[in-house]
Amino acid sequence: MASEHAEHVLTPTSYISHHLSFMAHPVGDTPFMSVNVDSVVMSVLLGIIGCGFMWLAGRGATASVPGKRQALVELALEFVNDQVKSIFHGNISFVAPLALTVFVWVLLMNSMDFLPVDLSAWVYKNVFGLENWRQVPTADINTTFALSLSVWLLMIFYSVKAKGLGGWIHELTCSPFGSNPVLWIPNFLFNLVEYISKPLSHSLRLYGNMYAGEIIFLLLGLWAATGPSGTFFGAILSGGWAVFHILIVALQAYIFMMLTIVYMAMAHESH
Amino acid sequence: MNINLTLIAQGVWFFAFVWFTSRFVWPPLMRAIEERQKKIADGLAAAEKGQLELVSAKGRVDELIDGAKRQSQDLVQSAQKRADEMVEAAKVTAQAEGERQLAAARAGIEQEIRQARETLREQVAELALAGAEQILMREIDASKHQDVLDKLGARL
Repeated sequence: MASEHAEHVLTPTSYISHHLSFMAHPVGDTPFMSVNVDSVVMSVLLGIIGCGFMWLAGRGATASVPGKRQALVELALEFVNDQVKSIFHGNISFVAPLALTVFVWVLLMNSMDFLPVDLSAWVYKNVFGLENWRQVPTADINTTFALSLSVWLLMIFYSVKAKGLGGWIHELTCSPFGSNPVLWIPNFLFNLVEYISKPLSHSLRLYGNMYAGEIIFLLLGLWAATGPSGTFFGAILSGGWAVFHILIVALQAYIFMMLTIVYMAMAHESH
Repeated sequence: MNINLTLIAQGVWFFAFVWFTSRFVWPPLMRAIEERQKKIADGLAAAEKGQLELVSAKGRVDELIDGAKRQSQDLVQSAQKRADEMVEAAKVTAQAEGERQLAAARAGIEQEIRQARETLREQVAELALAGAEQILMREIDASKHQDVLDKLGARL
């Protein structure tokens, strides 16, 4: 990195900011009109890998003794199916595939955090010629918000579908405190807070965990650059953090899926 | 870390993946799983039925074996009885035969004894007559003493 930018001395600040810059490609004049190419490409690749793998397993699915690939996918399917069935009461033919997609996709995107930050940055730069390539799409707030807002839209859609537009408006204004006209405004404000906080907490929880995980790897990488003892202990701690991160990656994917199911279930239930 | 168009791009892809999964991934796999569950349930039910059938078959077999045992015992018993009867009958027959033969032998012997006695008597009479003839030839006139000789002959 330093050799190409001879004027840049490799300082901690430049190291961190280099690792945390997206490959933003402007498509318009305003700051909003740009696309983080790295996030989109990585997430789409992972989505294609995940869905494609499951599709391959499903295409050759047999009701008799399943192969190893089918068994693996069925494991995920059964796991998601059980969770959905226990939370969501009603027709699960859409919610279950939604939850499966969310789980597999988020798990794969989170798993990109397992790749060593500096090694993969070197590969992106020297093999693919890509500077500033962020490999963890879920450490991009755009991705997590895209997911949570999509779920949010689905939630509103299914809420209206299940209760009708009038029922939904009735729920917004008359619950949780009661249907007295005096309480319409407090009810609505309460529901507004709920509707705003749902996608916020949904996406920020995932984003925060993945972002923090990445930062810790970067800080340990910084420490490793300070000298032999730093390299030694930094490597050990990086290994430890990587092991712990396996849990976080899986757990955050699970939580994201569970919240998706819960929100959809709440949308279906009427008060 | 600013919100930009990536948000919309990711959202579009999200819906695309969800649609793909719910259309092409979930249904065939779920169908396979449910089919297999049904197969396993059927297999278990069949196994249970087989077990029940086995138990009842065992009961039937036991019954059959018991019947056969009883029958064979009866057969052995009746055979024994029959054999005893046959032995008894043979004994009776043999005894009767023996007695018959004994009686026949006795009758034969008696007859022979009688014959011998008859012969003996005649010979003794002849001998006595001859002896007396020899001794009394000269002095006894046969015609005078005929009645004495007849009496003697009759007594022998």
